[in-house]
Amino acid sequence: MTDPIERIFREEFGRVVASLARRFGDLDVAEEAAGEALLVALERWPVDGVPPNPGGWLTTTAARRALDRMRRESHRDAKHRAAVMIHDDTPHEPTGAVDDDRLRLIFTCCHPALAPEARVALTLRLLGGLTVAEIAAAFLVPETTMAQRITRAKAKIKGARIPYRVPAADDLAERLAAVLTVVYLVFNEGYLASAGDAPVRIELTGEAIRLGRVLRTLLPAEPEVAGLLALMLLTDARRRSRVAAGELVPLPEQDRGGWDRALIDEGHALVRECLDRARRTGRPPGRFQLLAAINAVHTDAPSWADTDWRQIAALYDQLAAVDPGPVVALNRAIAVAELDGPAVGLAAVDRLALTGYHAWHATRADLLRRLGRSAQAREAYDAAIAATDNPAERAFLTRRRGQLAT
Amino acid sequence: MTQYLLSVHHDYGTEFPPMEEMQPVFEAVDRFNQKLQSEGAWVFAGGLKPIEQTTTVDATGDTPIVTDGPYAESKEYLGGFWVIEAPDLDAALAWAKEGSAACAGKVEVRPFEGG
Repeated sequence: MTDPIERIFREEFGRVVASLARRFGDLDVAEEAAGEALLVALERWPVDGVPPNPGGWLTTTAARRALDRMRRESHRDAKHRAAVMIHDDTPHEPTGAVDDDRLRLIFTCCHPALAPEARVALTLRLLGGLTVAEIAAAFLVPETTMAQRITRAKAKIKGARIPYRVPAADDLAERLAAVLTVVYLVFNEGYLASAGDAPVRIELTGEAIRLGRVLRTLLPAEPEVAGLLALMLLTDARRRSRVAAGELVPLPEQDRGGWDRALIDEGHALVRECLDRARRTGRPPGRFQLLAAINAVHTDAPSWADTDWRQIAALYDQLAAVDPGPVVALNRAIAVAELDGPAVGLAAVDRLALTGYHAWHATRADLLRRLGRSAQAREAYDAAIAATDNPAERAFLTRRRGQLAT
Repeated sequence: MTQYLLSVHHDYGTEFPPMEEMQPVFEAVDRFNQKLQSEGAWVFAGGLKPIEQTTTVDATGDTPIVTDGPYAESKEYLGGFWVIEAPDLDAALAWAKEGSAACAGKVEVRPFEGG
């Protein structure tokens, strides 16, 4: 999307939809009206110039369109409602800790009563302003499937009355975790592109970071929000060095000079803020803060060999306490291999039940290669290649397999 | 306000525990019912007799057919339900959590058409 009007539109889309959704109490009305406002903007802005407050202009235009539509429709109900809404300048009901339309919208889109894939799709559609076609392409499903998924989710929001509200303080932490998970899923799907031709899909990573920044603005005191944003920034900072000539470059071999220092500095500042807050409040850091801290150690190190592995292993121990799972244990084993040698690392890796996970096979392959156990390493590379569709990762694993001693 | 069906399903083949074990469950459900009523959320509720006592009637053809047993073959069957009134799904889910804990079973929440 290079057209400046469309770029502004995408920036403002979530705000427009969120504001209209509150005003009209209907996501479909809000979404359609926002789309119509874009058509008007595409017609008018090239002639009249972009208005000084494009978001306000789009919201006003969209609201007018929505009212026009409701007036045109002959139902008495709709007419009556429209008439009421024109005069309704009363402030909306108070809604808990934070009062922002976009925040309500993201909590609605990420409601636990919706299926996880529907949460992701709705968030990208209604807050991110991506088209259904774009979301379908990003997740490699047919457009009709994605359209159905979004339509069904919106119908459930309406039919089951999923509220348009920021959860009360009691539920906020749990519900916020669901929101952050959605944003991180979007980021990872872009960064680790599980399939498709592109190794990294920056339309998804970029959108996730943008959503992360929006959340950070809306919830500046929530440490996990800061943690997630820091984690995404510190990961994205390495993007340019991560793929070279169509091949994945693993962290030990990455050109650290190619990392984005501005993003790293921003990420480090957020991690420091999280650490300070954790110390001050005595509240232990959550999953995203710990992952961000691990990435801060990596991005702080001049090289793989000079990485503070003791610190990394300790952070993974803390992470395992809040997120006990084999993937965390796998990453911890990689740090252990650096501290205590590949044999100790391999023993830890082999204890994990992750045979369906490509990174488990790839880690085993690398440790076996370092131990000189070429035949077993070859089998592990075969399994890793079979378990991933990411073209850059396949290219890297295939080359590594080819370098094994015979 | 929307009306929601909170339904409780049982698995076929699981024996019901003896009465003395069920007694605390009955008491918890009674307390939950009273709370629903005192907070104005109660519409209707009931527990159903065992699935073996079900009869299916089909009058979609020329002659109505009456058969023993449930309509759908499935591993679960409806054991009981509440119909409640709540301002939105979050409120309905909060009731469902209490109901599930009270009756010691999973609760399915479904909005009524036009409710």
